[in-house]
Amino acid sequence: MNIDSIKTGIVIDHIKAGDGMRIYNFLNLGEMDCSVALIKNASSRKMGKKDIIKVDTVPDTDLNALGFIDPNITLNIIENGERVRKYHPELPERMTNILKCKNPRCITTTEQELPHVFILTDRERDEYRCLYCESKAPAL
Amino acid sequence: MRSINSIKDLSLQEIDALVQTAEDIIARPEHYARKMAGKKLATLFYEPSTRTRLSFEAAMIELGGHVIGFSEAQSSSAAKGESIADTVKTISCYADIIAMRHPKEGAPLVASLNAGVPVINSGDGGHNHPTQTLADLLTIHREKGTFQNLRVGVCGDLKFGRTVHSLVDAMSRYDGVSFVMISPEELKVPSYAKLPLKERGIPYTQTTDLAAAMPELDILYMTRVQRERFFNEDDYVRLKDSYILTPQKLTTAKKDLIIMHPLPRVNEISVAIDEDPRACYFKQVLYGKYMRMALMMMLLEVK
Repeated sequence: MNIDSIKTGIVIDHIKAGDGMRIYNFLNLGEMDCSVALIKNASSRKMGKKDIIKVDTVPDTDLNALGFIDPNITLNIIENGERVRKYHPELPERMTNILKCKNPRCITTTEQELPHVFILTDRERDEYRCLYCESKAPAL
Repeated sequence: MRSINSIKDLSLQEIDALVQTAEDIIARPEHYARKMAGKKLATLFYEPSTRTRLSFEAAMIELGGHVIGFSEAQSSSAAKGESIADTVKTISCYADIIAMRHPKEGAPLVASLNAGVPVINSGDGGHNHPTQTLADLLTIHREKGTFQNLRVGVCGDLKFGRTVHSLVDAMSRYDGVSFVMISPEELKVPSYAKLPLKERGIPYTQTTDLAAAMPELDILYMTRVQRERFFNEDDYVRLKDSYILTPQKLTTAKKDLIIMHPLPRVNEISVAIDEDPRACYFKQVLYGKYMRMALMMMLLEVK
């Protein structure tokens, strides 16, 4: 893989240095067949150091959920070698099967096939709560 | 088709309409005796309950309907591992409305997402119990004549007490209401339950001193320190007797105070208070039945 240019895929930039692996795991990039580059501790004028991830395809995962991990990251969408969109992922209103509810009293602990759904309840505080028991979302 | 999972699912206008219907049922019960003829209520109770299940059943019977259901998980297909979704899809073939109690939080919501008939949350662990709050509201309305300009004291287990959180949320929607939250430090109201107060700018104070708060209260809502909400037996034993209401503590209370409790009580209200005209906790039980009648009629659109 040529790290500088990809044809169709994503570049996740301005990841806080050290968080790259968390995002790599969250997007399940280890399971993908395409080329993936994780660059750690790249120098950055804004941040000093940062991590960058380049993926040679657009993953199926809801990329907006990246905003929950780190609202400052920049997402670049690449098509035919051109950047077609650059944005900070917005917190999604609803996340399904991205987080797991940790409340031992929640119905999701006994009904194993239920989707784990979290609803954005406070955008200013990045606060999500479980659809079922309304417990606060755990950190990713 | 509509289900009720939380008191927040009901607008102020709807609560007022339910109170009016309940008042009318009390005034002329014969008018309602056949309203639900031919309808069936399924009570799906996955954990023990005396009041709530029997209240729902009595409510449906007094409306002329019928009742089916189970009163413990072991006598249902849950014991064989059936999911809630499958259970309520099945029950929807038999019943017109479901009342569900479950020890796990959010179970009635799962039921309402899968049932073909309305589901009423009849208590899901320490989470929600909207018909208890409706019973509380009718009690306040009948005993105080208004929901406005009342100083409401809530006392006991304010951390795990779901009825307190719902009552605070519901009462904070009325003008001129303020709260005194009386509890040991360990059982204070959690911050999320105080959010509606902060958002609506409702005055409240927190104290550990029941006696000091007593003279200013219009309503005293007592709660039980519940063994099943504790992970640790030592904590339970240490805190359960913290706030016991006795005739002596009531000497400084207003003459028209009303004393409420969601029941069952253990020892937090002395039985000596039962004869005091200010004791309203058994009236709450009765009023709960009327509000459940009104709620089932609303959900089944019975006029």
